[in-house]
Formats: sequence, structure tokens, C-alpha cells
Amino acid sequence: MATHALDSTQTAPASDNPEAVVVRFAGDSGDGMQLTGGQFTLSTALAGNDLATFPDFPAEIRAPQGTLFGVSAFQINFGSREINTAGDAPDVLVAMNPAALKTNLDAVKPGGLIIADTGEFTKRNLDKAKYDANPLEDGSLAKWDVLAFDISAQTIEAVKPFGLGNKDALRCKNMWTLGLAMWMFGRPRKPIHDWLRQKFAKAPELAEANIAALDAGHAYGETAELSGPLKQLHLDPVPTEPGLYRTITGAEAVALGLVAGAQLLELPLFFGGYPITPASAILHHLARLKEFGVTTFQAEDEIAAICSAIGASYAGQLGVTSSSGPGIALKGEAMGLAIMTELPLVIVNSQRGGPSTGLPTKTEQSDLYQAVYGRNGDAPMPVIAARSPADVFECAIEACRIAVQYMTPVMLLTDGYIANAAEPWKVPDPATFERAPVRFLEQKNAGDELLPYKRDPKGARPWIKPGTPGLMHRIGGIEKAVDTGHIDYSPGNHQAMTDARKNKVEDIEIADQDVCLGDTSGKLVVVGWGSTFGPIHQAVRRSRAKGLDVSHVHVRHIWPMPGNLGDLLRGFDNVLVPEMNTGQFKTVLRDQYLVDAQPLTKTSGQPFQIAELEAAIAKYFDDIEGNEGGEIEPNEQQLPSVKAVNP
Amino acid sequence: MNDMTPIETTLKDWETDQEVRWCPGCGDYAILKAVQRTLPQLGADPAKTVFISGIGCSSRFPYYIESYGFHTIHGRAPAVATGVKLANPDLDVWLVTGDGDGLSIGGNHLMHVLRRNVNMQIMLFNNEIYGLTKGQYSPTSREGTQSPSTPYGSIDHPARPAAFALGSGARFVGRGFDVSKKLPDVLKAAHAHQGAAFVEIFQNCIVYNKDVFDAFAAPKGAEDRQLWLEHGEPMLFAGGTQGIALDRAKLQLKVVDVVDGDWQAADVIVHDTTNRSIAHMLVEMPFGPFPMALGVLYDDPRPTFEAAVMEEKARVSEGKEANLAKLLAKGQTWTVDGTAQDPV
Repeated sequence: MATHALDSTQTAPASDNPEAVVVRFAGDSGDGMQLTGGQFTLSTALAGNDLATFPDFPAEIRAPQGTLFGVSAFQINFGSREINTAGDAPDVLVAMNPAALKTNLDAVKPGGLIIADTGEFTKRNLDKAKYDANPLEDGSLAKWDVLAFDISAQTIEAVKPFGLGNKDALRCKNMWTLGLAMWMFGRPRKPIHDWLRQKFAKAPELAEANIAALDAGHAYGETAELSGPLKQLHLDPVPTEPGLYRTITGAEAVALGLVAGAQLLELPLFFGGYPITPASAILHHLARLKEFGVTTFQAEDEIAAICSAIGASYAGQLGVTSSSGPGIALKGEAMGLAIMTELPLVIVNSQRGGPSTGLPTKTEQSDLYQAVYGRNGDAPMPVIAARSPADVFECAIEACRIAVQYMTPVMLLTDGYIANAAEPWKVPDPATFERAPVRFLEQKNAGDELLPYKRDPKGARPWIKPGTPGLMHRIGGIEKAVDTGHIDYSPGNHQAMTDARKNKVEDIEIADQDVCLGDTSGKLVVVGWGSTFGPIHQAVRRSRAKGLDVSHVHVRHIWPMPGNLGDLLRGFDNVLVPEMNTGQFKTVLRDQYLVDAQPLTKTSGQPFQIAELEAAIAKYFDDIEGNEGGEIEPNEQQLPSVKAVNP
Repeated sequence: MNDMTPIETTLKDWETDQEVRWCPGCGDYAILKAVQRTLPQLGADPAKTVFISGIGCSSRFPYYIESYGFHTIHGRAPAVATGVKLANPDLDVWLVTGDGDGLSIGGNHLMHVLRRNVNMQIMLFNNEIYGLTKGQYSPTSREGTQSPSTPYGSIDHPARPAAFALGSGARFVGRGFDVSKKLPDVLKAAHAHQGAAFVEIFQNCIVYNKDVFDAFAAPKGAEDRQLWLEHGEPMLFAGGTQGIALDRAKLQLKVVDVVDGDWQAADVIVHDTTNRSIAHMLVEMPFGPFPMALGVLYDDPRPTFEAAVMEEKARVSEGKEANLAKLLAKGQTWTVDGTAQDPV
């Protein structure tokens, strides 16, 4: 996130005086790595560092212990400068078992620190991780600093006074590890103590055992510093705008944005949902906000979820539904109904890897075609894409506003990365938001006649609540006559209504596209959308620092696109579009503007790294300018499906 | 139904200016008239009445009723109606569906609207055929039904709508047929029921499945083949000469002869609409050996879904302030003061 944009010529940090550090906690899915990461994130925010996180966990709830596919990891990038991504290569990897080491090792920066729990490097666990020999002993980790010791035994020793069984005692390992991390970065432990006492209010002995483990880990750091690779690092706070801050995940931001959006429109919010990864958290958050006039309904399936939301909108509330790719596919027909009946509706798609069930817990941007084109008939629908957890809040408010002002369904795109990742957020003051109370039609709008499809200057039809005396009328999915809304299949009428629906969406007022980094014309523009904002922004920043003539354009409005976007793109010699799909936005840009947009794609289920984008930009300049040398080859192992396509 | 001030209307007030587009002679016309005749008797308010349908011949119904109407998509009307009721429980919702819409593509939603007990009247027009798509067999078609998609006769076993409804947890199950004079009474009982009231209406598709219900619906001899159920009344038919009794050894229903009107001697069951066990037997009672059970088969209300949702909302909101500024600033926060950090 960007709480404060630094000078774009600033260079990458030197490792002995870090501006940013990447730490990855990895362990078994039952080891509490997400919890550890979450608390470390909070202490990082409290220390005034900017940060971004990336939780990476398996689809299985409790995969068999010690297996490679059961590894759960949490990565945090934090620093004394603006942080836009969860970071590339970790400086520190905490590996709670052999499987965690194996699956995360390749990512670690050469010279980085690996902290491993020898207590878990048993023959059995090494076998499960498919290690022939113990990597902690066979010299295979020579290019890293390794700090291997028995965290399990240390934890058991620390919690001994509390009389826990072996199993419960070992569950405190994550707090021991967190304690060590807190020491490394000079963090106060009190907020974690408080949090543990609150979390285990009903079992004070568990709270105290966890605190003892945390303190023991911290104490271990102090002792181990005397000999070995462990050292304390201090990162200065980031200069940020004054104000109140909190951390927020994308899923929380969707929920809060929807509540705020509905309040600004003075409408009750109805949310129809069906559990699906990674979208369920939105339903969970909203289910607790009933005092804000929110009704949540867990429907029997995805189709019922959207249909109930359409029913609620028809009855005068703001209907919202949410899902991920496969669920969005199921909702397609109902979206068409909302388009045809011209009812407001917000559809949130937390994209994940596809097709079909695909990669439920991994991130991708491959639902763009589905969002823009994925319905039968000519079914235009506005699409907005959020770039980060904090950005989701604003996007959700805008989606609500467009839905109501234009009487149309709107799709809000986020993805698995945005949904789960957390970043600091400057808490906005609701008093500064623009209120736009909805006005329902209360009486006939054409003299003695009611015309349910008479359009206002924006092209929107009136919103008429059932229950309003004298305005009885019928709507439905069959083509309807201009103005009256009666069934009408006649050729001229279908032409007129198709045009009206198309024009209404195309003419939605949205802000002009700006350039978020660099000049408004030049050799290369990197065009991004969605959660790739962070890595693209940093890669462009670094490339510009090297003197390359490259700009960054980030598009929020996927459909309709900003009116000036075509002209803006035509002002550059080359257009590069990095996406976590096979080039969907690139195709839309080509189609809309006849620009020679080139794809840079990645579909490994992992976000882009800054380095791979930077390398691609460098390669681009090498190729277009015929330079010799200076080319940075992407690491094949890390970047399974990245390729720079040359003009 | 809903508690509302009765409004005086006539049949004419419930007619729209739209040309009715069912085939001449279709049973839907009779059902439409029955509904338009019933609504004034209920004191229904057109402004608070909403007809919601799916897709199929039956689902054109809302266009012909002068109230609010929503012709949705295939099978999904129960889900749309659930959203409508949760958003505004004061609306009086009538759901119109058919055997294909409600039991094939929309079977899942029908099950859940019944189990949740959302307060609405559900009219399932059962003609045992797909009409609008030109005559394919439906989930209620009898085995061996010849149709364009089953030229050698259908193979699969038909669903029984009333049994499906009861099995899904319905608290009201009624039955009638298109041209029956007693249909308005069934609809009135359904409307009086607080909760999801399921009414199966046999409807004659004169084009693709003509007279398929004649065995009990044809005027001639109807008396002998129709069992009209009345709460508190003995289950008699054929002019009181026959009745339904319980075969206690087999725990199933049986037809008994009633001599000289002494139904008590014949052990004929007195219908109790709140008896779920009897209801299960009635919905399973095969036509042929038995008469067709019509009227109110089961009626035992329990709290509705939307009332429970509203109650929960009020309960958990009590004493809580809906302060957006406070909500946004929830969780662990810190303030940044000028350029220096000030962790809280």
C-alpha cells in the first residue's frame, strides 16, 4: 500500500542497512503459521513500518501432518519505505518442519537466514518431505545462513510449569517462534501478551503457557546473538500521513465498503451468499453487522444467492452477492436477469485459479473475460477491479453507487491475494463521504400512466418498490417494450432496448485515467489492473531509477474503461500488460483501442515478483533498443510460466 | 398471507390489459380466473401483492394479474421470492411454478423455500409435461409417457409433488385442479396459513398431455374418485358410501365401505390437518386403488423464516450503535502524529 509515495528515483535497499525485510513463516497447516503471521503483522504496523502480507495456505483444512502439500506459509514484507508487495525473496525463512523447508527454500534470498526446528527433522518427517538426507546436516544449505536448533524441546521446556500435555505444549511452538521474531526486530511483546490473555480468557493457563513460550523465544534471541548468524535489525518507521491507522484485509474491506456504500445511499443492505474459498470471509464479516441494517442470507447454492439478492433489490434494498470463479459461472444467468430487469446489484468476485475448481486457495486474475463478456446475449455490465485490500473499500462504495444510479448489476473484482492479504489502512472519516440518498418512484411518471422503463438522463429506469400504491407493474427476463416494459419481441424494439442497455453502461461517468508513475507518453507503458498493482509499481519505480523511459498506468474501471484511456495508451511506443492470466486484459485493450498491447503473463497461482517484472521491463528495452547485455534472465525455477513477449 | 387491512376489490381489478397468451382451452385460464376470484375474497391489496414465477407456461401468470409481478428465470423463483420476503416481509407473495420449473431445474430451491418456511403461497401447476418447449416428458410424467424426447416411452419414475413438499418440511400441503369449483377454497386456506403453503394444482395441457387427469377430474363420476378433505370431517367419498380407514395391521390406509352412513362403524378416519403422520399417508396414497386426495392435506403452522430473521436481527442489534466511524476504526489501531510514530 502507499501511505506515502517516496521519490521514485530511490534505489533498492542495501542488505546491511535494510529499508525493507521479507520474512516468511512456514509450517504444517496445524502449526498456527497464519496466526503467527497475523500477530507479527500487527506488531509491525504498531512499529510504524509500512507492510504487505501474503498468506499462502493449502486447500485442505488439515492435510496429513508433515506432508509437502500440507505446508502453510505467511509472508510479510515490511520496511521504512513505501511497501506495495508482499516482497520477492524472503530474507528470513522460519521452517517449522522439513516439508516447510523444502517447499519454501528456493524462494529464500542467497545469504538469507533460515531458522529451522531440528526437533521436527526426524527420519519420519524427512521421509514425508522426500528428503534422502537431512538437509540441515548434508551441507546443501551452504548458500544460506542456517540457525537450526530444537524449537520443540525449547517450547516444551518453557511451558513445563503449566502442566500441559505434550501435544498442547507443542502447540505453543508458534508463539515461541513469534517471540524470536519479535526480538529480531526489537518489538514490544506487551500487545501480544494482551492479545493472548484476551484470546484465552476462558483458559488462563493456556494464555500464560503461550506467553511463556513467546518470552522464551525472545530470550533465546538475546542469548543466541552472542554466537551465530542471528542479529537484530532495526527498521525506521515510514513517514506517513498523520491519522488513525489499522490493518485491513481485502475481505474486511469489501464488507466495510458495502456497509458504507449502502449507508451513503440510505439503503438497507441484503447479502445473499454461498460458502466458497476465498470469498466466504465477506459473508462472515457481514453476518456480524446486523445493527447496520445488514441482512445476510446463506442460500442453498450460488444461484439462489444471487437470485435472493435480486429479489431484495426488487423489493427496495441494495442486493449484493459474492463468490469466486466457479460460483460466478453459476450466477451468470441471473446476472442477465438483473441486466434485463435493470435492477441494482453488486456482485463481488474474489478470483482464484481456474478453470473449474482450479486452485481454490491460490490467486489469479483469470475471470476478466467472464466478468466483461461471460453472459448470454448482449449483456453489458460495469466491472471495477480493486488493486489492494485498502483500495477495495473505495471500490465497493463506487460499485454500490453505480449500481443504484444506473440501475444495473456491477461486478467488483478482487482476488485471493487481496481477500487474504493485510495492509495498513488510514481509517477514513465517513463524514467526508458524499451521500447520495436513493429516490424511489412514488407516483406515476407520465401523467396518468406509469412507464417502468422510462429512462432518466443517465439512461436509468425508475426504481419502483412493490408495496407502492398505484404503481403495480410486471417485470421479467423477456424482452420488454421501450418505456412500458410490456413483453415485446418485435425487431425494432429489441434493437432499441439492446442499444439502450449498451449505451447506459458505456456512458457511465467515470474519472479519466491517470498515470500513476512516469510520464504521460514515452517508450513503454506498463498497464496493470487488480492486485498486480504493487509489483508493477515497484518494478516501474526501479526501472525508472535505472533511467528507463517507462510509465505505469493502473486501470480500476475495466468496463466501461476511462474515456481517455485509448488516447493515453497511443501516446506510448509500446504497451506491456502484465497479468495473472493468459492475457485477457491485453485482448480487451487491443479490441477497444487497436493498440499493440503485449502480454506478460503468469499463472502459477503466485503473485508477480518485483524482480521478474523488472527483468521483463529491462529485457523489453534491450530488445526494442537492440542493446547488448544488461539483460536480466528470470529465474526459471521461481517463475514457471513467465515470459516476456517481444514486439 | 399477511395481516393487512382488507381492501375492497372485484375480479376486474385483478385483470391486466395484457393479452393472455395461453393456448385456447388451456387449464391455466381456469386457474387464473380462480385466483382472480379468490383475491377479492381475501381482501388482498394489489399494491402489496407480488406474483413471482419462473419459466414455463405457468410462469406467464404474473403478466395477467394486476399486482406487482416478477417473471424470473427457470427454477429460481423461490430464491427470488425469498429475497423479496426478507427485504419486505409485509408483501404478500404468491409463487407460480410448474412441474418442470419447480421439480426439475428448480427442485433444489423449492425444497429449501419449504424447509425454511418462507411465508408465501406456492402454486405448482402440474400438467405432467413440458408445454412451452413443445411436449417433452417432465419429472411428473407417468412411466411410459411418449414424447419427442422419449419416443419409446419415458423410463424414469415420476416425482410426486405433494410428497416432495411434505418431505421437504412443508407445513401446508393442499391440492386442487384447474376447473374445480373448490380450488378457491384451497387457495384461501393456503393464504390463511402463515408460512410456506404448497398447493399442487392439476392442470390440463390440452395440446401435449390432453385429459391426462380425466380419471378423477372429469365431471362424470368425479364423486367416486375425488376425496375432498375437510378438517374435522370423516374421509368419505362416493356420496358417503366409501371412506378411508387405517389398516392397523399393515399401518397403511385402506378403502372401506360405509353402510347406511355409519362411518364410525366403518372406522373411517376423521381428517386432522395437523396430523403429520396422516398427511404422509395421504400424499403417498396411490390414485387408482384409492381416490385422489384433494383439499387441505396438511396445515400445521410454525414460525416463519423471515419472522425469525427479523427477530434475530432485532435481538442482536439491541443496545448496539450503528456508528460507521466506529466500525471502520475497529480492531487494533495506531495513530500517526506528524512525522513521528506514536504506537498505541
